[in-house]
Amino acid sequence: MIRIILPPHLRTLAHVGGEVELDVKGEVTQRSVLDTLEASYPMLRGTIRDHVTQQRRPFLRFFACEEDLSHEPPDAPLPDAVVSGAEPFVILGAIAGG
Amino acid sequence: MSKVRVLVGTRKGAFVLTSDGKREKWDVSGPHFAGWEMYHLKGSPADPNRIYASQTSGWFGQIIQRSDDGGKTWHQPGTPPGEPPAPGPPKAASNKFAYDTSPESGKPLTTHQWYDGTQHPWEFKRVWHLEPSLTDPDTVYAGVEDAAIFRSTDGGENWKESSGLRGHGTGPQWQPGAGGMCLHTIILDPSNSQRMYIAISAAGAFRTDDGGKSWKPINRGLKSQYIPDPNAEVGHCVHHIAMNPKRPGVLFMQKHWDVMRSDNAGDSWQEISGNLPTDFGFVIDVHAHEPETIYVVPIKSDSEHFVPDGKLRVYRSRTGGNEWEALTKGLPQSNCYVNVLRDAMAVDSLDKCGVYFGTSGGQVYASADAGDSWAPIVRDLPGVLSVEVQTLP
Repeated sequence: MIRIILPPHLRTLAHVGGEVELDVKGEVTQRSVLDTLEASYPMLRGTIRDHVTQQRRPFLRFFACEEDLSHEPPDAPLPDAVVSGAEPFVILGAIAGG
Repeated sequence: MSKVRVLVGTRKGAFVLTSDGKREKWDVSGPHFAGWEMYHLKGSPADPNRIYASQTSGWFGQIIQRSDDGGKTWHQPGTPPGEPPAPGPPKAASNKFAYDTSPESGKPLTTHQWYDGTQHPWEFKRVWHLEPSLTDPDTVYAGVEDAAIFRSTDGGENWKESSGLRGHGTGPQWQPGAGGMCLHTIILDPSNSQRMYIAISAAGAFRTDDGGKSWKPINRGLKSQYIPDPNAEVGHCVHHIAMNPKRPGVLFMQKHWDVMRSDNAGDSWQEISGNLPTDFGFVIDVHAHEPETIYVVPIKSDSEHFVPDGKLRVYRSRTGGNEWEALTKGLPQSNCYVNVLRDAMAVDSLDKCGVYFGTSGGQVYASADAGDSWAPIVRDLPGVLSVEVQTLP
């Protein structure tokens, strides 16, 4: 199972309390994880990726295994630790302000 | 006994304020959608328990929320109220606002003017205003940034752009105001289901007479010194338009500077600023029963977005403009530096007419006597973005 940590506002929207666990078919990539997430929680469509362009929303970042994966290609495989469920895929709201 | 329900959108959530017809004691519910910018909430005239809300965020984009029980509970249209959705393909796309670029009905996604005068592609950012149909609770219009109008006929589950507006041909001359290039005003004509008015900052006012298929600019008489041709067909920063439903051909406008009126459905406008201390401002509204009684809140200037002289004053004209009186009873008259944004004033239809407005400082003021006296319903909400009122049986 793939573990996903959502920002608090998106947990509220999706009616979930803690981590989300998903069974992702095929290769585990940003795209396949987000496609599965949106299929399971359709109210999140458009909140993480733009509805039309499918680009990551500019104030959101993707982290895993203490690495910033935000600028990795969406079809690049995610780290083995994410695939095995040892580490979560973290969707984080960028911090702005001082 | 009649009731009123005041729907307040703020920078950090929504609030629902209710009172009986005396409008003295208020119940406050909220924050709903805490932490999100709530640009606008509005109830359906055909079913007052049906309320639509625009929930938005720079981080997470646009969410449409709907209540079917007068604001007690909310859900995203297409998602069962209060329940996690069943796994499977999405049944709806209530937060999907995709510009129509289809060859049959849409127009190529063109460009508009950017702040620096260069051309910039259209990009959806948020819904500024929701206008439910006068007759069908499931039909609702959305005015969005970058400027366009969308319509849903299934209770907000799916949205389709009325692309004739954006495709009018003058798009390259439209430009964003300080708040973005937003379509912020939608007025439905109760005497003609095919006629609608909209306004865009900064493009101006437009009207359709064929249910949204085609649109024409209605800006003759507007003068704006901040565009190359002050009398241009488009490019004007219209802040808000108001209409009394009993007299649909008469419109009142608060432009960036200048208060205007039209007696011919927008075909031409004349200035009615008269003796206002400043004619910059955002809100304008019309008394529910006296169509020549109008309200504005003058703001000092476009570089100083607060009320002049530290005094919060609503100005009322009972002559359809030009002659204005300051309404101050119950409003702070010293050290007050708030703003009142374009969708943050509304009237109820009780007798006497109630008038309501919200400020950037988080106060929502109500007058149960058509503006003669005022009292705060709440004083310390987050900054108010919008105020709408429902008069309930």
